[in-house]
Amino acid sequence: MSDPVETTALTKRYGEILAVDQLRLHVRDGEVYGFLGPNGAGKTTTLRMLLGLVRPTSGGVRLFGRPPGPGYLASVGALIEGPSFYPYLSGRQNLRVLAGHAGVDRSRVPGVLDTVDLTDRADDRYGTYSLGMKQRLGLAAALLKKPGLLILDEPTNGLDPAGMADMRRTIRKLAAEGCTILLSSHLLAEVQQVCDRVGVIAQGRLVAERTVGEFGTASLRVAADPLAEARDVAGRLVGAERVRTEGEVLELDVEPDQASRINTELVRAGIDVSELHWHEPDLEKTFLELTGAQSHVE
Amino acid sequence: MWSNVRAEFAKHARRPANWLLLGIAATLSVVFAYLIPYAGLSGATSDAPNSERGLDSMLPAQFVSNAIGGVPVFVGALALIFGVLVVGSEYGWETWKSVLVQIPSRARVYGAKIITVLTGTLILVLTLLTVAATASVVVATVESRPINWPGPADLLAGAGGAWLASTMWASLGMLLAIALRSVALPVGLGLVWLLAVQNLLSAIAAPLLDWVADMQKALPGPNAGSLVASLGARPDTPGVAELVAPTQAALVLGAYLVAFTALGGWLLQRRDIH
Repeated sequence: MSDPVETTALTKRYGEILAVDQLRLHVRDGEVYGFLGPNGAGKTTTLRMLLGLVRPTSGGVRLFGRPPGPGYLASVGALIEGPSFYPYLSGRQNLRVLAGHAGVDRSRVPGVLDTVDLTDRADDRYGTYSLGMKQRLGLAAALLKKPGLLILDEPTNGLDPAGMADMRRTIRKLAAEGCTILLSSHLLAEVQQVCDRVGVIAQGRLVAERTVGEFGTASLRVAADPLAEARDVAGRLVGAERVRTEGEVLELDVEPDQASRINTELVRAGIDVSELHWHEPDLEKTFLELTGAQSHVE
Repeated sequence: MWSNVRAEFAKHARRPANWLLLGIAATLSVVFAYLIPYAGLSGATSDAPNSERGLDSMLPAQFVSNAIGGVPVFVGALALIFGVLVVGSEYGWETWKSVLVQIPSRARVYGAKIITVLTGTLILVLTLLTVAATASVVVATVESRPINWPGPADLLAGAGGAWLASTMWASLGMLLAIALRSVALPVGLGLVWLLAVQNLLSAIAAPLLDWVADMQKALPGPNAGSLVASLGARPDTPGVAELVAPTQAALVLGAYLVAFTALGGWLLQRRDIH
């Protein structure tokens, strides 16, 4: 079976500006792929090319093996650069209009409204919606065709923390139901929480493609005295190869459930443990090294 | 395609601005074709435009010419605005992307919009005819005159001519909206052309310069005016003057309609949607 998203040397030039440069992107069936990059890196232009809104200068795009043409977006849903609807229509009427254009039966509308938890306000005018509700309606529109591939461009932009958590929960639920998701974001934490694999784009080029785990895993940091003796004890407990010294602390590549046992054994060996905490990998540092960018990410 | 047309119909039938345009067209038509002439006839405002018209021109036998008299100017302007709204609002609200990620065929969506415009201008013309017919019956009843209706051929020719001219103006609105990717500027520029430039050409430039007089016979406004003049609209109505033969006028308007529509479709097809 063909990959849901496949691009070959995808390029977009606006006059002198090279927005997307020879991009090769593969999103596998059933995965949540994070498309990560600072603002202006070319994420939205790439997604617009995938959806046929912007024509590539050169290179090719295939979705589920199909080149742009009839049926190209038959099983693709998308939310690009924020939701856009007709302000004088209600949420439900907007979805009915879009269902009509998609050739989807109107009976799909109540279901997708329910999925995004918008049924109660579905008959209010779109112009009266909060940003979070607009974003949810955008996701509902993207779900109208029961998509096998969902393309979401910065879906949590402008949402408050609760709205962001809701959106991520919905995305994870859709992924669990088998939907392939291509999610663009400039939020490292978001990508880390939601995605299986991450492609990093900078200045229009894909500079790295890794699983989230390959960006680094959390480690246990221990401040102890004496440090050398603590290292020996920890090495005997979890294996010397998983213990390293970082300045004045030990860093242990262990599972979370081992932390209390390590603490107990160190104390039992007469070692003073003054600090013990989980250290998350510095994704931002990795990201900045990859992109060579200033900090446009959060 | 039918589902796209239904979607466009549903969208535009619920849009208050479209009903406002229709209401304004009907009101202006009644005011300038019946109220002011009737007031002039009764001596209330003897200097008002069209006040010299006789009572006969307000009776049912003449209602078609009264209904279509405004097509070259104010009805055309309202049709142009309608055309801009049908396409330009998709840029203003950034809803092109919402529609085109549901269906990638721009040709189908554009086709649905053309059918929507054709339907909208037909409703506009039928409304004007209905309003004029009603007003003429009121005048005949008040003045105790017999009610004689025009023949079906006159009615069909008047409706068809007004529909052609209105749709031509609406298609210019669509083209301007696509070319300028907005609403305000296309409306402004379209109205400047329709209401100002054309009148300046015909009232000031054409009497002074022969080539302008010849050129305006190929412009959309004079041809719309010629067509409705040939269908009975009074020549003292602004924009109404029989400069060219009706067949030529119809052909020129048809050519503009096709050209504006085709050019708009071509531009929409080849441009990126942002």
